[in-house]
Amino acid sequence: MTCSEFLKELTDYLDGSMDAQTRAELEDHLQWCHNCYVVCNTTKMTIEIYRDSHLYELPDDLRGRLRSAILSKCHAHAAETPVSEAKAHSDSSKAK
Amino acid sequence: MGTIQPKVAEPVDEISLVHAAKAGDISAFEELVKRYDRNVFRIAQHITQNREDAEDVVQDAFLKAYQNLKNFQEQSKFYTWLVRIAVNEALMRLRRRRPERMVSLDEDIKTEEDSMPREVADWAPNPEQLYTQGELKEILGKTIQGLPPSFRTVFVLRDVEGLSTEETAEALDLSIPAVKSRLLRARLQLRERLNKYFKNRTGGDGKK
Repeated sequence: MTCSEFLKELTDYLDGSMDAQTRAELEDHLQWCHNCYVVCNTTKMTIEIYRDSHLYELPDDLRGRLRSAILSKCHAHAAETPVSEAKAHSDSSKAK
Repeated sequence: MGTIQPKVAEPVDEISLVHAAKAGDISAFEELVKRYDRNVFRIAQHITQNREDAEDVVQDAFLKAYQNLKNFQEQSKFYTWLVRIAVNEALMRLRRRRPERMVSLDEDIKTEEDSMPREVADWAPNPEQLYTQGELKEILGKTIQGLPPSFRTVFVLRDVEGLSTEETAEALDLSIPAVKSRLLRARLQLRERLNKYFKNRTGGDGKK
């Protein structure tokens, strides 16, 4: 296996979505190729850092304001939509 | 080397909430908002890179979902359907802000070369500890901002929000190979860009 063949499989390898034989070939490559080992390890760290970073968390006060705004628009929309229409949608989805 | 495990737990009873909301129960829809508003905000902010736009996307995506609930055929999870709406809203806002640049999920940037590792250096054992929480967020934000929108959209759905490859493909209307190709390139480009901050500064001679 070459390094570029290894790189093509890297995403499936990190996600654990591959057959046992391909996995064994990739792990064999990692045994002797230090560069691919480092790329694999640091790519895994990249994913974990972003996943655990809590980047762009929604602050509680903003969350409350957004929710109120959404719900008041939903109420306004519901007031314009006849109840019988909403009920008909509900009944037809239950019938499926 | 271990694999990456999904972070998002399977939602319980989502479909009952959807049915109740379809029948006009706004409190059931409110439960869906509470369940997913943080996720929608994160996705929107990752794509638009703008706080005001992200706020608008949260409002408009949920309102659109509410208004179009009758068209939700329940062939996918509600969350995947909602993400699809939110991504479209976010991309629309990004296009408005950057009319000079075509923003599309179909854009296929350059060649494979752009993702080939150029610098291979091991990182410090705990790179997060090299920086304060605030500095780290700044680095991560700045770094992901540099990715093409189509790459960061796939990255945020798969790796930050934990959608499966199939769900990501469905939400973005892309093929599975297209999702995998963008994800690989997004991951490798982020890794390359983070190298300068996280690489192990202790050389063989023990000097920093």
